[in-house]
Amino acid sequence: MEREHVLVALVEDEPGVMQRISGMFTRRHFNIDTISVGHTEKEGLSRMTITFWGDDKKAEQIIKQLNKIIEVVKVTIMESDSIQRELALIKISTPDENARREIVQYANIFRAKIVDVGKDSMIVEVTGNSGKVDAFVKLVNPFGVKELAITGVTAMSRGSKPQENGK
Amino acid sequence: MKMRGAKAMLESLKREGVDVMFGIPGGSVIPLYDEIYDSDIRTLLMRHEQAAAHAADGYARVSGDVGVCISTSGPGATNLVTGIATAFLDSSPIVAFTGQVPRSMIGKDSFQEADSVGITMPITKHNFQFYSVEEIPYTIKKAFKIARSGRPGPVLIDVPKDVQEKEADMKFPKDVDIKGYNPNVTGHPKQIKKAVDLLLSAQRPIALVGGGVIISGASKELMDFVEMLGLPVVTSLMGKGAFPEDHPLALGMIGMHGRKAGNFAISDADVIIAIGCRFSDRTTGNVNCFAPEAQLIHVDIEAAEIGKNVPCHVPVVGDAKQVLKEMIKIAAVKAKKHPEWTAKVKQFKKEFQPKMDYDDVPLMPQRVIKEIMEVISGDDIVVTEVGQCQMWAAHFLSRTKSRTFISSGGLGTMGFGFPAAIGAKIAKPERNVIDIAGDGSFMMNCQELATTVVEDVPVVVAVMNNHYLGMVRQWQELFFDRRYSGVDLGEVPDYLKLADAFGANGIRVEKPGDIREAVKEAFDSGRPTVIDFVVKRESNIFPMVPPGGCLKDIIEG
Repeated sequence: MEREHVLVALVEDEPGVMQRISGMFTRRHFNIDTISVGHTEKEGLSRMTITFWGDDKKAEQIIKQLNKIIEVVKVTIMESDSIQRELALIKISTPDENARREIVQYANIFRAKIVDVGKDSMIVEVTGNSGKVDAFVKLVNPFGVKELAITGVTAMSRGSKPQENGK
Repeated sequence: MKMRGAKAMLESLKREGVDVMFGIPGGSVIPLYDEIYDSDIRTLLMRHEQAAAHAADGYARVSGDVGVCISTSGPGATNLVTGIATAFLDSSPIVAFTGQVPRSMIGKDSFQEADSVGITMPITKHNFQFYSVEEIPYTIKKAFKIARSGRPGPVLIDVPKDVQEKEADMKFPKDVDIKGYNPNVTGHPKQIKKAVDLLLSAQRPIALVGGGVIISGASKELMDFVEMLGLPVVTSLMGKGAFPEDHPLALGMIGMHGRKAGNFAISDADVIIAIGCRFSDRTTGNVNCFAPEAQLIHVDIEAAEIGKNVPCHVPVVGDAKQVLKEMIKIAAVKAKKHPEWTAKVKQFKKEFQPKMDYDDVPLMPQRVIKEIMEVISGDDIVVTEVGQCQMWAAHFLSRTKSRTFISSGGLGTMGFGFPAAIGAKIAKPERNVIDIAGDGSFMMNCQELATTVVEDVPVVVAVMNNHYLGMVRQWQELFFDRRYSGVDLGEVPDYLKLADAFGANGIRVEKPGDIREAVKEAFDSGRPTVIDFVVKRESNIFPMVPPGGCLKDIIEG
């Protein structure tokens, strides 16, 4: 059965590591939906969150192929109860006072933030799982979305156990 | 110890046990070659970088040690690419050094600049660029460790020119830790037990042996194990030689041009133990009808190979030798044989004897292979080019020992055989080395005749000369209504004149009675020799599984 998978890879912070990973996906015809990267609590290690669509067999192959890459230290599949978040910045047209008021109301309901207000537009920052972010974008779409930037998913499993080092 | 980068490179190589390299210099490796001038590492000057990579690969496959090749930046590096990809697909350990423009010039599209690291990323096990002078000993240590351990493979190191020239204080580590790299050698005991239990419950078990058994040096363990359980043995192309093909349990190679007996036996099996083999499409035929009744035990050191192409019931991740040793311990207690199955397999073997004793003029390639086989010893090394010649050799020429059959399996690289034979001869100078070639393949790297003559590497090239790109022509004959498009090589060159032009020995053979003498003469001459076997132009390699077909659908001509 095809579904969305979220995996987290701890990788050595070396030049070219992004290219190695994205290249592996491309040449094996695996598609990345989103990818986000940042540093971790340990120096020299970066953390990537990759989401992709496919059945469990494909997910297994992807994990194994990732593990073959020398700079990949650890790969973990995120369970569905893990914390998954993405952040969106949305520049929305605000032709009049009414639009502005309505958007502020929606932002409040979504616990989003107004981070910039211009003459005829405002920027809203919304954080949440992909469903929530999509819902908000859909909601404000009628006003006219001028620009949309989404980070891609970042994720962490629940509980106190950290993702271990070592394959 | 303070020294220049180039010197540190050679010092590191010496510490890795390197005593021979294959390469061609150029602008951005002149400082390295300047150190080579004083070094006691033998560095053969090849005539094309592709050949340097294949020679390093051939050296690695025969010796079991890492082969080393060197090229300059840009075109030198891109010429290595085919050789590196060849080594990658067949898990052969080579370390390739490519020159690079000085660090200050990188990214400016400088003269002979190419992104060697980027280009070779998908065809190396790993690659590096030196960012500093001090890192040289560490990075080289890492490169060799990665190349030779776990599932071996090629590693490339890109060496900016200024790094070769600058001095630094060098420390040479005894070992290095690579955080994300820890190959799993030891098979899980529970999985091993499960595997043995499944084998013991089988009615029609069979062993499928790949190149991993050769790499692991597990031939003896394999022999003990299959004899204990009475397991018939088939191999992939890469597994040829891992198990003696004259053994009563041996059914030879399976696959597109496999032995009929092997293809039939594996199709009927109820349990397969596959060891160090990656289920290439040339081995399995159509996977949907590959061994339809069989449960699969798959032993491989590379977890990613398990379940990749065919579904696996009992995965065992580990080194073939270690896993087989453990399996022998358990199986010894309960070994069970299968007289009915053994009889059936014997029947297959008897029924499908390959025919080789043709007397035709022009020659039939099968006859040439037969005579070569009868002249060479078990230790002699057979290298092949790619195409019909490769499949004639793989199908008809039996081998009995590991590392005596060298062929480009995964990438199928025409032009591989001759330079790989050079590497093989350098690794084992006391043995005869013969390259079974087609005229199409030989032509792709025949410039290396110069290397064999100048460097005195007496290898023999047996050209099955049909003036065609024969494998493509065969497919066109069978599946494209004999529309021979782009395959006629014409009547050129004259291989005797070609050999002569390079100062090599040339022999032409037109009659079957002369084959044996010619091969002996070539070996005895102690000189690089090209034998021009004039074979039937439209000779084919049969049997054959048509593309997309099942192993059982194998057809005779």
